[in-house]
Amino acid sequence: MEKKFFQTSIKDSLFTGLIALALFGPIVGLRTVAKNEVLEVHPKWFIVLIIVIVCAVGRFLTNLYIYNRDQKTGIQSSIGKSISNFLDTKGYQIALTAIIFSVIFPFLPFTDRYLMDIAIMMLTYIMLGWGLNIVIGLAGLLDLGYVAFYAVGAYSYALFAIHFGWSFWICLPIAGIFAAMFGVLLGFPVLRLRGDYLAIVTLAFGEMIRILLLNWYQLTKGPDGLTGIPRPSFFGLPFKSFPDEGEQTFHTFFGIEYDPMQRIIFLYYLILVLALITNLFTIKIRRLPIGRAWEALREDEIACKSLGVNPRNTKLTAFAIGAMFGGFAGSFFATRQAFISPESFTFIESAIIVAIVVLGGMGSQTGVVLATVFLIGLIEVFRDFESYRMIAFGGAMVLIMIFRPRGILATRKPTITLEKSSSK
Amino acid sequence: MLSISNVETFYGNIQALRRVNVKVNSGEIVSLIGSNGAGKSTLLMTISGVNKATTGEIKFDEKNIESLPPHDIVNLGISQVPEGRRIFSRLSVEDNLRLGASSNEKGKNFDSDVKGVYDLFPVLKDRLTQRGGTLSGGEQQMLAIGRALMAKPKMLLLDEPSLGIAPKLVNQIFIAIKNINKEKKVTIFLVEQNAKKALELADRGYVLVNGNVTLEGTGQDLLKNKDIQAAYLEGGGKK
Repeated sequence: MEKKFFQTSIKDSLFTGLIALALFGPIVGLRTVAKNEVLEVHPKWFIVLIIVIVCAVGRFLTNLYIYNRDQKTGIQSSIGKSISNFLDTKGYQIALTAIIFSVIFPFLPFTDRYLMDIAIMMLTYIMLGWGLNIVIGLAGLLDLGYVAFYAVGAYSYALFAIHFGWSFWICLPIAGIFAAMFGVLLGFPVLRLRGDYLAIVTLAFGEMIRILLLNWYQLTKGPDGLTGIPRPSFFGLPFKSFPDEGEQTFHTFFGIEYDPMQRIIFLYYLILVLALITNLFTIKIRRLPIGRAWEALREDEIACKSLGVNPRNTKLTAFAIGAMFGGFAGSFFATRQAFISPESFTFIESAIIVAIVVLGGMGSQTGVVLATVFLIGLIEVFRDFESYRMIAFGGAMVLIMIFRPRGILATRKPTITLEKSSSK
Repeated sequence: MLSISNVETFYGNIQALRRVNVKVNSGEIVSLIGSNGAGKSTLLMTISGVNKATTGEIKFDEKNIESLPPHDIVNLGISQVPEGRRIFSRLSVEDNLRLGASSNEKGKNFDSDVKGVYDLFPVLKDRLTQRGGTLSGGEQQMLAIGRALMAKPKMLLLDEPSLGIAPKLVNQIFIAIKNINKEKKVTIFLVEQNAKKALELADRGYVLVNGNVTLEGTGQDLLKNKDIQAAYLEGGGKK
């Protein structure tokens, strides 16, 4: 038995090597170089050989140590198991530590401008993930066009702020309302759709909004984008190094030296608060009838109908509220960048947000955070190796799928699990 | 209380109900028996509005309900316990019960309402924080009935409550159904394959064959009927 398994593993890994050769041979091995106006092929077989060997040996090792686990009890390898145990039991402590850390983060000694920017970006994605978690995790509606609401929020904030000169705190709720309206707009035609069909329509919706923004030049300036979006002020006190005559700014009001980091820190806390509001809202609404109805709708629509839950209103509110938080995040994005164009709202953004929600463990709030840190952090770490970023991104996804197939923090584990029998 | 006249329901091109006429009086237990695919569940789904009748009339308390959406029908006082229980398996037992009371204002007296359900099925109280999916089949059925009762219905539609449940628990559930009828004064419309049990319990019964009502009478009369004995009770009949 053992020997036979060994043989099949070797066969399997050789086959993997063959596939790797077929894939990487042409992609990596054949490199064209322009020389004297002629294209020459410079083969790089040595690198291909290394990749193939890594693939084959890696496959062999995974065969031995991961897939060779005890089939009866389905226990993963010991490292995977201890990580799983840690994540399953310590979810609350992880969340608390993360919140405390994020509050003191701007004042830690190693924190610089670059880290702050990454942190702000991560928090934006966390907020988007939490918003989308309402639609996907709670209501079970797979929305691949979530970036549309992000875009609607960003553009409505930008347009109101530029044309009417309204402040951030007035435009924020307006942007949320606009995004929620678009959520309902998307919700109506997809009420009867489920699963794959729903995903396709939401995907198309996301693209429609982007193309609309691209082509409605009079309103959105198309591909040129909107510039000069006002920065947020600290309750009416702007962040400026040289205030106009008689104007109070943040640093003169508090009598401190001007430092460009002040605005960054303010933006950081702004998105932190917005994200935590999203989180708190989701946690609370889960306990309310509407939140319960969302979760029930995800489980069984017919049972819901027979209990008097109105599926139409329930789905529409899920879309609207999820979209609203996307809109809030969008207005934050607009005010941070001070420039937006349709470029920022492509499908890949939707895909990343969906990946964050799904890989984090659908419905898990802490899982969203962990997945964001993991995925976005990885993209940033690989910033210097531009061309390998997407490989790292894909690799991270595959790793999560292998080790945590139901998400980093899967909350939908059964409440009662059978104890491992002691006789074994 | 409920009168169904000339109702026809289609799934696409396939006709599931043919001119069905059924009457349920207030306070009665009425059983509908029939084999697989006779259209029993379709009839219940048509009453509760999940499926729509193509033609015909359904009146509840003198009000036409055939074109109302399901949630309005629940608010009028008809609750359904769907076939196969359809518990929200990843939600807790308590959340399941709360969902039963989700329609309109009925969730307001949750604490007192839920006590009535515990009196009927004490086991649910011990299972309150457990996920629905971890209950046994019989307990799930109790939860499904309890969930439907949380909406304080005047009339309860039960779709095969004995399906896939240990025989010992089937008895308990039928006793509970009787109690619901006698003590809570809820009218019961019961669909069953277990013809013997259903007819013993029922004041009146109907037999559905291929979408047609072929026989009707009191429970005792139907039990004695030779055709029914041959088709549903003896030998080749369902247990």
